[in-house]
Amino acid sequence: MSGGAGTPVSEQAGLPRVGEHGALSAGKAVAFSPKALARFEKLLTRYPTKQAALLPTLWIAQGEFGWISREAVDYVAGLLGLSPAFVWGVTTFYTMYNRAPVGKHLIQFCTSISCHLAGAEEVFAECRKILGDLKPGETSADGRFTVIEVECLAQCDKAPAVMVNDDDFAIITKDNLQKFLGGLR
Amino acid sequence: MSEMWPAGYVPVLLARISRPDSPAIDGYLADGGYASWKKVLAGIATGEWTPSKVTDLVKASGLRGRGGAGFPCGLKWTFVPPKEKRGNKPVYLLCNADESEPGTFKDRVLIEKDPHQILEGMMLASFALGVRHAYLYIRGEMVHGAEVLNAAVDEAYAKGLLGKNVQGSGLDLDLTIHRGGGAYICGEETALIESLEGKRGHPRIKPPFPAVSGVWASPTVVNNVETLCCVKHILDRGPDWFRTYGRNEKNTGPKLFCISGHVERPGVYEAPMGIPFLELLALAGGVKGGRKLKAVIPGGSSAPMLTAEEVQSMPLDFDGVAAAKSMLGSAAIIVMDETTDIPKAVANISKFYAHESCGQCTPCREGTPWLNKMLKRVVNGQGKRQDLDLLVQVASQMGNGMTICVFSDAAIAPVLSGIAKFRPEFEACLAKAASPDFALTAPSDVTEKVAGRMAEGIHS
Repeated sequence: MSGGAGTPVSEQAGLPRVGEHGALSAGKAVAFSPKALARFEKLLTRYPTKQAALLPTLWIAQGEFGWISREAVDYVAGLLGLSPAFVWGVTTFYTMYNRAPVGKHLIQFCTSISCHLAGAEEVFAECRKILGDLKPGETSADGRFTVIEVECLAQCDKAPAVMVNDDDFAIITKDNLQKFLGGLR
Repeated sequence: MSEMWPAGYVPVLLARISRPDSPAIDGYLADGGYASWKKVLAGIATGEWTPSKVTDLVKASGLRGRGGAGFPCGLKWTFVPPKEKRGNKPVYLLCNADESEPGTFKDRVLIEKDPHQILEGMMLASFALGVRHAYLYIRGEMVHGAEVLNAAVDEAYAKGLLGKNVQGSGLDLDLTIHRGGGAYICGEETALIESLEGKRGHPRIKPPFPAVSGVWASPTVVNNVETLCCVKHILDRGPDWFRTYGRNEKNTGPKLFCISGHVERPGVYEAPMGIPFLELLALAGGVKGGRKLKAVIPGGSSAPMLTAEEVQSMPLDFDGVAAAKSMLGSAAIIVMDETTDIPKAVANISKFYAHESCGQCTPCREGTPWLNKMLKRVVNGQGKRQDLDLLVQVASQMGNGMTICVFSDAAIAPVLSGIAKFRPEFEACLAKAASPDFALTAPSDVTEKVAGRMAEGIHS
């Protein structure tokens, strides 16, 4: 499946894949901060297998590095005693692990049925137009905005629903779009 | 948030959501929270409370799972093999908070506004099942919800309601919040289990069922968030009280309904199981702008679409919606008014399934994108006369046990029901095409040939 809603940033933007297991390279080795390492160690105490900590460890990695690079895959694989190929396979199955750097504000438009009925596709298109004719998954020239399409955010009573990074936004329409974008710092 | 209930109805599941600081444990305790958990813990030593007593109460309540399938909760619990048969294997409870079905947002309210009732339900279920470590899997997008739940778990440990030798009962219980990475299929219980194990969320072939061999090859019970909240209230007030809600013995309890789409006041509503559709619609302020009702999806996007006529006397419970040949599912009611372009809506839903197919089974992996491609060209005015029959033919070969899980059946439901009930609208799209024969020489002709081969069955 490619190019659809919910597709990770690198694929929506059509970025090339490089490296043995297909991940983009950050161009430098990566490692967790002491604080992140402490969180990781605590995670391991919650599961009977190390492998079960993979998804939460990828979240820590994304928090630390901003996205999941080839080096991050290798690092996480090393921490958990898994092969990089396995870690990459899991990473790519889920839509929320960024496989390329994203802008300061990752704007995620829901276009599933309830948001569709509220005109979400038009708002999504208008938003990309305002930010410089961005393609889905593309980052604005100033590095501030990446705009993607995602599937149902479980906010169907607030359609069209939008997430910006980790925050939920309700009823984003063509009318309040400029104000919404202006509010992002 | 916009949560409501009928006039005179006393909310149960949503009772605390508008209290200031409702997620905090102090308020929950002040409102009588954790009384059932403490009561059970105190009764272990005296023999007053046994796991089977809790299970029997849940069975007697008639509680059916609130995640979608409506399977009797107590019965599901009894499928866990007894100690002598399972050996040293631990039993796991996995709370399914991977709420992702388009149109569904009820668990989000419980998670963000009253997390302790979920945790108490999990604790009581854990006792009934002999669980020592329970997990709650929350969907990746609910970042705030995961924070609220983690804070609630920390509070419960700090108050000695979780951990070693809980309240001096001799019972150990751990509880961990696990956040997913964004994948609709993980709401399917065996995919949820695979994902918790740190893998791709690929559904497993059943049997073995999770109750026998689930997470880490151990007996596992997967229950929805709202189901576990109901367990807490059944232990608080008894199964007879629970059965006073509902239309009949098979559809009991208070129920959350998510209503979205073309209504005046979309939101989460609590009402007795079996509330008539029209009453719920009135509660939500009716159809937006006073327009006419055209269609309703009664149980999330996987449920077959119903026409306005079909919902006139429909009660909203498992059997009431099943009698109308759809399903209550996650009780996500999507309302479409007379202005709705049904082919476009169906094409939109097909996009969701094309994207979310996990890719394991060929009929689903290949079928969902083809359905989406064909529907897109129909709504874009590039369809051909035979496309509707082709869509039905392809869809007909994706369901009914052709795949490991029911995702594929869910994907075809809106397509088949949409075409069956609103065929003139699809035909109008075809008539609008510049020239009906245009596509015969266009590149999409290849699509036709391959899809045609699929429809005939590649095996033959």
